[in-house]
Amino acid sequence: MGTVQTGTVPPVAEATGITKRFGSTVALREAHITVEPGQTHALVGRNGAGKSTLVSILTGLQTPDEGTVTFGGTPAPRPADRDAWRRRVACVYQKSTIIPQLTVAENLFLHRHARGRGGLISWPAVRRQARDLLATWSVEVDVRAPAGELSVEQRQFVEIARALSFGARFIILDEPTAQLDGAAIARLFQRIRELQAQGVTFLYISHHLEEIYEICDTVTVFRDARHVLTAPVEQLARTELVAAMTGEAAAAAQDRLERPQVTDTAREVLAVSGLSLSEAYHDVSFAVRPGEIVGLAGAASSGRTELAETIAGLRAADAGEVRISGRRPRPDSVPDALAAGVGFVPQDRHHQGYVPQMSIADNGTLTVPRRLGPRGLINHRRRDEIAHAMIENLAIVTPGPEQQVSGLSGGNQQKVVMARALANDPKVLVLISPTAGVDVRSKEFLLGKVEQTAAGGTGVLIASDELDDLRRCDRVLVLFQGRMVAEMARGWHDHALVAAMEGVDLRV
Amino acid sequence: MSDTASDTASETGSARDARDPAGALHRRRIAVARLRDLALIPAIIAIAIVGQVVNPVFLRSDNLINVLQTMSEIAVLVLAETLVLIVKKMDLSLESTMGLAPGIAAWLTVPKGAGHGLGLLPGGWAVPVTLAVGVAIGIVNALLIIRFGLNGFIVTLGMLIVLRGLLTGISGGQTFFNLTGSMLYLGTAQWLGMPASVWVTLVLFAIGIVVLSYTSFGRALYAIGGNVDAAKTAGIRTDRVLWIVMVTASVLAALGGLMLSGRLASVASAQGNGDIFTVFAAAVIGGISLNGGKGSMFGAFTGILLLFLIQNVLTLGGVPAQWIGALNGAIILVALVISRITGGKVQD
Repeated sequence: MGTVQTGTVPPVAEATGITKRFGSTVALREAHITVEPGQTHALVGRNGAGKSTLVSILTGLQTPDEGTVTFGGTPAPRPADRDAWRRRVACVYQKSTIIPQLTVAENLFLHRHARGRGGLISWPAVRRQARDLLATWSVEVDVRAPAGELSVEQRQFVEIARALSFGARFIILDEPTAQLDGAAIARLFQRIRELQAQGVTFLYISHHLEEIYEICDTVTVFRDARHVLTAPVEQLARTELVAAMTGEAAAAAQDRLERPQVTDTAREVLAVSGLSLSEAYHDVSFAVRPGEIVGLAGAASSGRTELAETIAGLRAADAGEVRISGRRPRPDSVPDALAAGVGFVPQDRHHQGYVPQMSIADNGTLTVPRRLGPRGLINHRRRDEIAHAMIENLAIVTPGPEQQVSGLSGGNQQKVVMARALANDPKVLVLISPTAGVDVRSKEFLLGKVEQTAAGGTGVLIASDELDDLRRCDRVLVLFQGRMVAEMARGWHDHALVAAMEGVDLRV
Repeated sequence: MSDTASDTASETGSARDARDPAGALHRRRIAVARLRDLALIPAIIAIAIVGQVVNPVFLRSDNLINVLQTMSEIAVLVLAETLVLIVKKMDLSLESTMGLAPGIAAWLTVPKGAGHGLGLLPGGWAVPVTLAVGVAIGIVNALLIIRFGLNGFIVTLGMLIVLRGLLTGISGGQTFFNLTGSMLYLGTAQWLGMPASVWVTLVLFAIGIVVLSYTSFGRALYAIGGNVDAAKTAGIRTDRVLWIVMVTASVLAALGGLMLSGRLASVASAQGNGDIFTVFAAAVIGGISLNGGKGSMFGAFTGILLLFLIQNVLTLGGVPAQWIGALNGAIILVALVISRITGGKVQD
């Protein structure tokens, strides 16, 4: 089975017949994967397809109930022999395995510090080794800096360098681009290609199909705990890939909701004029009309996030004003923005989106305490009614409203955040990267819900650099280094928008 | 637009340019981070000047040695709590351990009669018993917190009450007198012109500084406090390190209790009562984060030193004893504000 190209070189990593159960749920059923040396091998699948379980089995953090794992033709080390595992494989997780309080140098050589006289740690030697290591893989980071102050991109490079320093030449990247902007992604890909040329093999996990076509040679699709297919990337059309992931033919081309054309005379629900915030954005003015979806595109450092957060009341601008259907909410006041009719989906759901230990019902109704009962008392039946309506409206997959949000999949967590934003029937819906780290189907669903909300007369602002998010917009405003540099009507070309976001003039 | 073209041509060049301001920021942060260790030194110098103005006795060596001796026992507790805080745990029971460990030793070794002891063991057993009680308490704490995964704050709060109650129980609320010579030694002996307890404290802190900064074990504490999962993936046996820390902390508290009992030549049933607040205050003022992974042993030492110097100045300045309590609280708050300003970051 599979498409193993029988060559002279044994595969870098091979897992066959893997079954893994957690209680009654089967995380992997007879799954297999073969990673050939020098490849960049993509592993895709919707949330819950079994990707993370496979990664933890390939890295030795979990042992499979059935099946075998081999590296370079030899059986995997014992689970307890962490050092042996580290010499074969390393994973750069979405969640950092860097200790933020310690310096870069110490993170690289934690628990294997260079010793000086008397068996004590020699810090100059540790720093020198760290500098040498980073120089070998041309990572430009100050080894004395606390690791917590690195950017996401730098942290990933440091983690990759650390993995390589153990001798591993097989590296698993778990959604490495989730928190990167376009330029950083380009640099990451450049780095991956360089390392590939030096004989490093990658297993690349991502929700972004574009990236897979750009960087990967082979793709393996998992669905519902099973291996579905493995094929060379260039022989697999996008529609086929999406079909393999979702199990439905041509799920990508969904029928778009026909929204009435927005008339220019419609009264603005959101008006931003002359808004400035030092080191974020300068003199930004625009308006959103009822039923209109406006994109706010830009790289991570473009100020788009700060601008959206200002509108939502999380920040106060230095100059200019924000009006929500004529009202001017107090800057830097989320309650005031909420009262004025702003619904908000924050950038990072883990940090700002939900309280993991609280139930769906509690999370979803956080923004609307007044609807739950008089004088701050909470009528539980009322709350659960609202929550049931949310679960139904957003098709949240859960046993019930009392389910803790931490127990939901990424896509469903994001739906809870969306439900919270929609709970007060907002006049203006502000979303920041609403589909980050969400599987294909949930993504389609969430964006469809945004369109539906707009059709009901809400003005929508989507701050994102994700082209799929922006494609639904009636027009897209582009921020570059804090200034609005372009406005594009629906039907823009991908490369034109990306070029504008990166500040590149294509006409040169 | 020629700049743009050349930038895109040399990818790394543009990346370096983009990161340069961040690099400058890093350098400044590192400088601040290093200074953080020394953050209290200006405050200590300022207090020394004020103290000298208030009363010329202040800078005399016998006064300074007196301050060091008064703080020596509680400083050992600060050292113990610092280890525990760096691994992101808490141990409130240290103050009760400080009373109970020498209390049990006195109970077993002091002869029957006025000293309230049982006289079951010969005097030579006093010090080993004290330390053994420390080990035992540490094991119970570690068992409940690490083995059974209970909340450290509540476990040690419970232990604080239980251990205090045990001391009150065995002593009948009285004070143990007529301690054996071995128990008095550390609190009364003079080594090279300084009280032994001062030497012990200084040496322990010196060891603490070396272990925390220059050994894998010490760095493992920071790794565990900073990100326990990352520490595990780095191959650190986190549970074992945590066990060692909890037990060491209790033994140090027992040692501190031994020094205090020696100096006072008695074990009161309230020995150590309420000291944990001063201990926490000193640690946080000294830059130890309650959220783990941050702070240095030297910083903790300057924290407790600052608190005791200020107290000494107040006493020398003739502040009525009844007001010292309120002032102590105010000092803690002011010291926190100062360290927030010098540290520049929100305390956590």
